[in-house]
Amino acid sequence: MTWTLVLTLSAIAYAFKVAGLVIVGGRTLPAVVDRCLGLVPAALISALVINDTFSSSGTLVIDARAVGVGVAALAAWRKAPFVVVITLAAVVTAVVRALGVLG
Amino acid sequence: MTPTVITDHDRSLTSDCVVLGAAVGVFGVAFGVGSVAAGASIAMTCVMSLLVFTGASQFSAVSVIASGGGMLSALAGASLLAARNAVYGLAMSRRLTGSLPTRLIAAQLTIDESTAMATARSEGASIRRAFWITGLSVYVFWNLGTLIGAVIGTAVDPAAVGLDAAFPAGFVAMVAPHLRHRSGRRAGLIGAAACLVTIPFVPVGLPILCASVGVLVGVRES
Repeated sequence: MTWTLVLTLSAIAYAFKVAGLVIVGGRTLPAVVDRCLGLVPAALISALVINDTFSSSGTLVIDARAVGVGVAALAAWRKAPFVVVITLAAVVTAVVRALGVLG
Repeated sequence: MTPTVITDHDRSLTSDCVVLGAAVGVFGVAFGVGSVAAGASIAMTCVMSLLVFTGASQFSAVSVIASGGGMLSALAGASLLAARNAVYGLAMSRRLTGSLPTRLIAAQLTIDESTAMATARSEGASIRRAFWITGLSVYVFWNLGTLIGAVIGTAVDPAAVGLDAAFPAGFVAMVAPHLRHRSGRRAGLIGAAACLVTIPFVPVGLPILCASVGVLVGVRES
């Protein structure tokens, strides 16, 4: 992590917000663009779940994280509060790792 | 001039918005912990939350760096996620009036939560109230949470207490509402599959970008 990344991302993020609210404001986007942009979180965040659970320096692995995140997914599906989802994942992962069942 | 009357409706709106802000604060803690675990300093972590202020992008950038990805792939994924705030801005621009400085401040608060709470109202004053209260309470709690998380994160060994799983778990909680409709589930499934099959073959960080093919579901479906 570098300051260049932090500040560049800050500028990009603010530029998007201002572009929509202040600059373009009042006009509408073509429906198809609107729909595709609306699906960005579903596609990218799902990928982030996979990446952070099953990858380790560019290889696929199954370790303690998979169990913890699996339990978290179950909790989120049952509409458990954020704090429960995150705590369950951490505790289950730590326990599985301490038991030495998975790496 | 009409006197301002605070009704029960206003009070429940305010408490809803503040409760939502506090819940987001929990994510802030997870972000702070994960960010320092990924090698960022406490200062970098806090400045990111103060200035970037859009959770999914921040999580995404830190997660790409943590898994060994380069700055460009970290920026690209985070920027794609930040692009939706422009769409929220478009949706809010007809409802949020005010001077240019006011709108420049409102822009920084244009995120998932404030837009969702505001667009759920029908009447002008109530829309603006929901936007500002939600935006400001999320801003305060997100940044407080980040600071607390960053301080905790430097004091413990993240792997020993399972905190490396807190990030993907945060993503799970974040993506859940997006998967409650059919096109969201399809986009999510395609995105996850694209990421999974590309992990062994492309540089770290790129699988996240490959996942953006999932949004093409929107070309055909409404």
